[in-house]
Amino acid sequence: MMIKPYFHVLEGYSKKLCFLALFILLIPICEGCRDSKGRPVNVIGSTSIQPFAELLAEEFQKIKPAGSIDVQGGGSTAGIQAIVNGIADIGMCSRELKEEEKAIDTPVEIARDGLAVVVHKSNPVSDLTLAQIQMLFSGRIRNWKELGGNDMPVRLIMREEGSGTREAFINLVMKKTVVSRKALVQESNGAVKELVRLDPAAVGYMSLGMVGTELKSLYVDGVEPTAQQVSSGRYRLSRPFLFVLKTDTPLRPEAREFIDFVLSDQGQQILESEGLVRAK
Amino acid sequence: MKRDKIIHAALTIVALSAISSLALITVFVFKEGLPIILRVGVKNFFLSGDWYPSEGKFGILNMIVGSLVVTAGAIIIGAVFGLGCAIVLTQFAPRQLVVILKPAIEILAGIPSVVFGFIGVVVLVPLVRQYLGGPGLSILTASIVLGVMVLPTVTSISVDVIQAVPRSYRDGSIALGATRWQTTHMVIIKAAKSGIIAALILGMGRAIGETMAVIMVAGNALELPHSILDPVRTLTSNIALEMGYAAGDHRQALFATGVTLFVIIMILNTIALTISRRSAGKAAKK
Repeated sequence: MMIKPYFHVLEGYSKKLCFLALFILLIPICEGCRDSKGRPVNVIGSTSIQPFAELLAEEFQKIKPAGSIDVQGGGSTAGIQAIVNGIADIGMCSRELKEEEKAIDTPVEIARDGLAVVVHKSNPVSDLTLAQIQMLFSGRIRNWKELGGNDMPVRLIMREEGSGTREAFINLVMKKTVVSRKALVQESNGAVKELVRLDPAAVGYMSLGMVGTELKSLYVDGVEPTAQQVSSGRYRLSRPFLFVLKTDTPLRPEAREFIDFVLSDQGQQILESEGLVRAK
Repeated sequence: MKRDKIIHAALTIVALSAISSLALITVFVFKEGLPIILRVGVKNFFLSGDWYPSEGKFGILNMIVGSLVVTAGAIIIGAVFGLGCAIVLTQFAPRQLVVILKPAIEILAGIPSVVFGFIGVVVLVPLVRQYLGGPGLSILTASIVLGVMVLPTVTSISVDVIQAVPRSYRDGSIALGATRWQTTHMVIIKAAKSGIIAALILGMGRAIGETMAVIMVAGNALELPHSILDPVRTLTSNIALEMGYAAGDHRQALFATGVTLFVIIMILNTIALTISRRSAGKAAKK
């Protein structure tokens, strides 16, 4: 056709270009034929578990320098989808699995975490009942005065849809009650923390292990939010941290080794020292 | 000659593939988004503020309002500062200042939006909260951040159109005894008006499509805002916030949000194009 007469042109100065084109074409093929052993173990999901998983991955690599672990955030539900789509080897999920998810995924509990309800350091309110927290977040309590605090409008901070922290909070506190539409929505624990740290009227919730010293976490029904109380079962706002695996796909040995490490005494000690509660 | 033809053909293919990607995106977004709009009902989708995806309620009115309000705020700020900047750069600033100012404004365009968002959260939000009240994450904050982000677009296009005003206009006005400022606002800005409007509309397109910075500073609450100190959720942040996890109807509703955004931006661009074309036509006649 049209192309034929132009071949001799290609033979001349464009030969290099042809090689280049060929080379570019070959890259994806090579990518595909690369040994799966070289691929890092992909761990994707909850931003609540992410920092702990990163820490664990670091420690794991100290013991097994050959094994490479790649930890990414994205949210609990994104983690489960990544498992279903085969993008990730291990999904991270910071809430119980839903029924339809249980059908295709196997959860491995790596730790338990408390959900802390956090306010600004200067907020005099320090102990709320579960019902009061529910009324706060549904918008029925609008001023801190009603809870014995200062005369300030309540500023609610929620997490985004799909966040495991949000869903755990809704399951544990809100149940069927609808969250106020006035609530601000932030898409990471860090963003919630930053807001509550600076705003005297804010109230939010986050992983107990992430509260740190700059925020005040509230007692719930008179129980102090600590790892001990979560583990004793007295602090009621607790949720599992799960590694999620696809049920019908065999796990790669490298991923298996990582999970074994996380569940080992050493791995559990790391999580405990970071403020989480050992998996039972 | 033959080489010319090859290059000609190759370039045509490249150009076509760029356009075809636009066509593909359009088809895909509409294919994913339109069915849910029809299923939910046009009225329920566009004129309701109830966005509860888990209950199958997909009303995006509050987000449309959010997007429009934030964009309007941004463009007011962008217009005042961008146009001011352009006037100073073209009419009043000494050469040495122009040499520094113009590249500085252009560098602004290269700063990633996360950086703008971050600065907004760390600096602007506490200031607004402390001195003006409200949560700090608000329409005002988002407008300011976006306003700064559209500055380069507005300024550089305005500079171009002002410079395109024939020199004889200015000379004539000065010769008639008008001062420089009178010349600027009575002659030059008038002559460049349609170009400036096009610049503002292009800036609007950028503001309405911005996502990252807005998520960080707008608060993303679903409630319809009552003051500029209230938080809002925009169309873009709704998509970005929930895309990660959405499935089924919810995912389609997010695509439908995208369709809405797409149409709004298309309208804005068309207006900008028509205006700038009309002005080009006028200039040709003169």
